[in-house]
Amino acid sequence: MSRLESTWADSPGLLGALSTVDHKRIAIRYVVTSLVFFVLAGFLALVMRTQLARADNHLVGPDLYNQLFSMHGSAMMFLFAVPVMEAVALYLIPLMVGTRNVAFPRLNAYGYWLFLFGGLMSFTAFALDIGPEAGWFSYVPLAGPQYSPGKRTDFWAQLITFTEVAALIGAIQIIVTVFKMRAPGMTLSRLPMFAWAMLVTAFMIMFAMPSVMLASTFLITDRLVSTQFFNPAEGGDVLLWQHMFWFFGHPEVYIIFVPALGMISEILPAFARRRVVGYLGLVIALVSIAFLSFGLWVHHMFTTGLPPLGMSFFTVASIMIALPTGLQIFCWIATLATGERVRFATPILFVIGFFFIFIIGGMTGIMLGASTLDQQLHDSYFVVAHLHYVLIGGAVFPLFAGFHYWFPKITGRQLSETLGRWNFWLLFVGFNVAFFPMHILGLEGMPRRMYTYSAASGWEGLNLLSTLGALVIAASVLVFVCNVVVTLLRGARAADNPWGASGLEWATASPPPAYNFADIPVVRSRAPLWEENFPAATVVGLPDLVPTALVTRLHDAQPDHVALLPTPSPWPLLAAIATTVLFIGTIFSPWALIWGSVPVAITLIGWFWPSPDEARRHREIEIKPDEAEQRELAFGELSS
Amino acid sequence: MSTRTTLDVSRLPTYAFGHRSLMWWGTAGMIVIEGTLFAIGIVAYFYLRGIAQEWPLSAPPPDLLYGTLNTIILLLSGIPNQLAAKAGEREDLGSVRVWMLVCIVFAVAVQVVRIYEFGALNTHWSHNAYGSIVFALLTLHTVHLVTDFVDTVVLEVLMFTGPLTGRRFVDVCENAGYWWFVVAAWLPIYFTLYLVPRLF
Repeated sequence: MSRLESTWADSPGLLGALSTVDHKRIAIRYVVTSLVFFVLAGFLALVMRTQLARADNHLVGPDLYNQLFSMHGSAMMFLFAVPVMEAVALYLIPLMVGTRNVAFPRLNAYGYWLFLFGGLMSFTAFALDIGPEAGWFSYVPLAGPQYSPGKRTDFWAQLITFTEVAALIGAIQIIVTVFKMRAPGMTLSRLPMFAWAMLVTAFMIMFAMPSVMLASTFLITDRLVSTQFFNPAEGGDVLLWQHMFWFFGHPEVYIIFVPALGMISEILPAFARRRVVGYLGLVIALVSIAFLSFGLWVHHMFTTGLPPLGMSFFTVASIMIALPTGLQIFCWIATLATGERVRFATPILFVIGFFFIFIIGGMTGIMLGASTLDQQLHDSYFVVAHLHYVLIGGAVFPLFAGFHYWFPKITGRQLSETLGRWNFWLLFVGFNVAFFPMHILGLEGMPRRMYTYSAASGWEGLNLLSTLGALVIAASVLVFVCNVVVTLLRGARAADNPWGASGLEWATASPPPAYNFADIPVVRSRAPLWEENFPAATVVGLPDLVPTALVTRLHDAQPDHVALLPTPSPWPLLAAIATTVLFIGTIFSPWALIWGSVPVAITLIGWFWPSPDEARRHREIEIKPDEAEQRELAFGELSS
Repeated sequence: MSTRTTLDVSRLPTYAFGHRSLMWWGTAGMIVIEGTLFAIGIVAYFYLRGIAQEWPLSAPPPDLLYGTLNTIILLLSGIPNQLAAKAGEREDLGSVRVWMLVCIVFAVAVQVVRIYEFGALNTHWSHNAYGSIVFALLTLHTVHLVTDFVDTVVLEVLMFTGPLTGRRFVDVCENAGYWWFVVAAWLPIYFTLYLVPRLF
């Protein structure tokens, strides 16, 4: 074993697995965990669909039904959609930008463990009949102490805390890794589109998530220690909750959707065998979506009696988001149209499915964005149909495309195309059968979140059809799981670059070694692997006595210094356990904030405290800033 | 036979100060997140004030004395804080130890006065929404205060016991940078809690 390998290797066994700070191992766990939550939340949806398949059905009572839809929504949003996108990014971004790990590897492990424990807490609570019951957005006064006694909503509020802390940690990782750890020569204008999308997403997370964290803290203190934030009798206000929630909640939709846009912009060029059309336009579109998404939260509140001028403003802002989205879709169509003849492999099928479904979702979005029409359709199944068209169409289809596309890189094995096609067609057909009828049901007046309906309503046929569609979706997910299992057991070995793509992640082995790249390449264009004679230069001289990474300058990616990265450690896990005790403790007693912070502080200090052995190694290779010799790449070395 | 050229990075420094370092960016990220938290908290304060008939709701404004005293101490703490940061950049261990100790004394003083501040708010979180938001803002700031205090103490102990390497001086600078944030975040909160009920 070379020294590079032994330096980056995790120790074997359970302790090694629990202590790892390898972004790839952590991200794979993150993806798998969020997919397990996806399947569980999907199962809850199946129960709801079974209940609604017939009129006057009493398979599920109203109380359980409340928990079912609340848990389904909360889990899909907080435990699946946002984390899975960040998880994919935490795997891919260091490979795409050509570095050896994320910027803060131990923090990365801590973020994952928190996410895991938050999800486990939430599903355990649900299994014990203390699942959330006031919807995934827990509107007050329904979610307040008066109308939701017991601990159900408190568990929901702490689910928010767990997942948002984890998401914020992920956001910092992504931003610092993209800003400071790109391979030499990878200027911002050469950044892969997925990295751009994740950068934009990470900034959105940083500005959106604090709002819901504060709101859910207000909610839990209203319930636990009688603060009066949302109590109108004591000067509080129920709409304050809605403002704080949707200031987060609307950007949240784009936090889920923007990474998917980045995936599509990576996948299409590989199959069209040309660079993506309109790179600059796509980046500007992503950034403008991010800005606009913070200016339209009130369109979730059109029926709350806000002033007409405000309604008009938010109507315009809502509809305006169609512009950058439309621009992207035209860029992608142009990429497909002007490239080589596209082979319809599974990833491309899912991308085309995305086009179809997302555009329908976008159309109904424009309808709902008009405040006048929204007054009529609010809280009806039309909204349920719309949000599933945009979220499943806009995020799950691209995600499946991404899974099929990057799976060979992650595992070294190629997913079966046959099963992939079954996966796609079942999902595509099942999805439309399940959700298209909901548009009609909504127009006919069926409200969302009702546990049953009378036969006289005439809704039974379409509901039954919708339930059949849901079963087909479940079959599709089952096919996907089978495909993954079969492929891992005896799938065809994948080449390092099976799709002939241009990004740096394809320049290393499949699966990549712990250190990602033995030699960090110098990047000279937007499509490095399509350069002649790639890599024209490689980085040498990175110390391998301890894990290190090259830090480059933000704007021009010139080499700046060498970062000494932390070694594997069980402390992040212990700190996450201590934090979990603190968070769950505060559900029951405000004093947990005091006594619970002691173990958190102890574990964080243990985490920070340098080991003498590590310090000795660091001293051995230490070069102080004023002793160093800087060398910059000449212009000629940076262009192909 | 490869004809590739190489980029030799073996003489690059193994740490760097300021915005060159990863820690600086990590700290900046924390500051953006927590700054947003403070900003949204203050917006909530003004939102509740906007719908209220009177403000403060059935209570006199918080007493000026302790809040103002803390503002002065926090501003003064900027001096040793800056000197600690500068000593960190010079990698002057002796000065780092001294100035961080002075910072710790200041942080203790702020926390002691903070206890009295809580007692002089003239309201309680359970009285009404005004009391709730006032306590929320002050608690939020106190959490940051305590966090950075513990941080500083741990780092100061490390400065005495070791094991020390050069990049620990980067930590000294980043710790000082975070304290600046704690000070800067206080000013709008002070203005909101203490002056808004009096001036507007």
